[in-house]
Amino acid sequence: MSVSVIQDFNQTIPIDQVGVEERVSRLNKRSIKKESKLQALKLALSMIDHTTLEGKDSKGKVIQLCSKAKMPYAPMPDLPSVAAVCVYPNMVATAKKALRDTAVKVASVATAFPSGMAQLGIKLDDTRYAVSEGADEIDMVISRGEFLKGNYTFIFDEIAAIKEVCGEAHLKVILETGELETLENVRKASDIAMYAGADFIKTSTGKISPAATQPVTLVMLEAIRDFYRKTGTMVGMKPAGGIRKAKEALQYLVLVRETLGSAWLSPDWFRFGASSLTNDLLMQIVKQETGVYQSINYFSND
Amino acid sequence: MADRIEVLKTYKTYVGGKFPRSESDRTYRITDGKDNHIANACRCSRKDVRDAVLASRSAFGGWYARTAYNRGQVLYRIAEMLEGRKDQFVNELKLSGVKQKVALNEVHTAIDRLIYFAGWTDKISQVFGTVNPVASAHFNFSSPDATGVVGIIAPDEHPLLSVISLIAPVIATGNTCVLLASETNPLPAVSFGEVLHASDVPGGVVNILTGYRNETVETLTSHKDINALLLASRDIETGKLADENASLSVKRVVQYRAEDWFSGEHENPYLVLEFMETKTTWHPVGA
Repeated sequence: MSVSVIQDFNQTIPIDQVGVEERVSRLNKRSIKKESKLQALKLALSMIDHTTLEGKDSKGKVIQLCSKAKMPYAPMPDLPSVAAVCVYPNMVATAKKALRDTAVKVASVATAFPSGMAQLGIKLDDTRYAVSEGADEIDMVISRGEFLKGNYTFIFDEIAAIKEVCGEAHLKVILETGELETLENVRKASDIAMYAGADFIKTSTGKISPAATQPVTLVMLEAIRDFYRKTGTMVGMKPAGGIRKAKEALQYLVLVRETLGSAWLSPDWFRFGASSLTNDLLMQIVKQETGVYQSINYFSND
Repeated sequence: MADRIEVLKTYKTYVGGKFPRSESDRTYRITDGKDNHIANACRCSRKDVRDAVLASRSAFGGWYARTAYNRGQVLYRIAEMLEGRKDQFVNELKLSGVKQKVALNEVHTAIDRLIYFAGWTDKISQVFGTVNPVASAHFNFSSPDATGVVGIIAPDEHPLLSVISLIAPVIATGNTCVLLASETNPLPAVSFGEVLHASDVPGGVVNILTGYRNETVETLTSHKDINALLLASRDIETGKLADENASLSVKRVVQYRAEDWFSGEHENPYLVLEFMETKTTWHPVGA
């Protein structure tokens, strides 16, 4: 990519917040029923980054999570497996082992997740460690403090440096939009991340409220669209945190379809970072197949 | 002055402590015994049942965690509030063609019944819990514990008294419920929702839906997140359907067909016990 296409990040692209919310609420009114709904539910299931990011995570829990990722619901073995499991770096080897010979990827958060408050050297080591343990994807956080100070070069360089040590691993850049204050900032951070080499941009760590929201996602999707038009490079999108219901998941899919087109409707280009969404999707899929409303008691926790 | 057109109320449902209309936006006519149009009620769909079950499930944890004593206080409070709004209920019952004396008697009996069950909340496990002799060094005891979410199908007769006679024993011990009010005569049940709302009952503990039975019973009885069914409808087909659908998730089904809702026989703790599970604990003790 030639340097000339990189925009001046000190320029602010104005975002019409009312317009964004209006468009989101209009798209939310799309009605998806019957076969299309079932297809969309299964697609959403295949796009999940099944996540556990808790201080109390243990090997046992990660192994449990991986078996659910491989086969989300044993009574329906034909359901797709989820896209990836997302864990802390020290759980990568465990997850990798539990998922060997499957298509399920292992994603690892890195770079002093979730705050990102560490020196670059430590962040690079953190990333190298996760990659060497076998992570297929790295979810990094940006330094929100530096971003809000206006130190955009710092953010750009940091992302570029992490991207370099990722090697083959895909890089997802977490903007933590809940801390970016405005939609203009979300747009700006998205642009910086993409020009710096992100393969995916991701809304949130899930540790801050608000996490993923639809207006934020729409702004990021539009940034991806504009980036694609300018450079011809596709970048993936991952809303994460706070998406718990199948219905919301379908609304996100509509946003993607209407903003980026169906090329992005694949686990290669769109992911949900979630832990409880999986069960709600399963419950809705079983409801669609059997006609009977389900109870959470019939689905495994992890 | 020209004749005024009377404004007929559209009764809303009571779900999760709020009074939503049916998500389907449909209503239907409620008539008195002589086919005069007296009001409208929401014609709930399967999605309203789904929402009500969800509300009921989310309310269960909190209600179950209340002390038995506090649940008794809340039930007593419902009775107090009902006493204060007696006239409204008498009038509503009269609207459907019941005589003043009978209506007043129904309201009085309903209030007394609430107080009766309010008393049982903190006595049920003393009376029905047991200490069991076992042949090992254990202290072994069993106590009744709330079942969960109960689906209730109300009968058509005595729409206030019957509804209270069914709800009170169910919620007394920490269960929550979704009630399908009578199809033809749902008004007092819905108004009772307003009383519940005004009397410390947490939202979602009692949910009251109206509408056509053939559009709601199927969903209510097959819903896997409902743990038990209490059927007081006289309709045999409904009973059969409930039995069949309940088997999907092995729900408990209690068919409760009363001849006379005024009878004192409805005031007994065994109906409370129907919606409780026995929990047995083995506690090691020194030899």
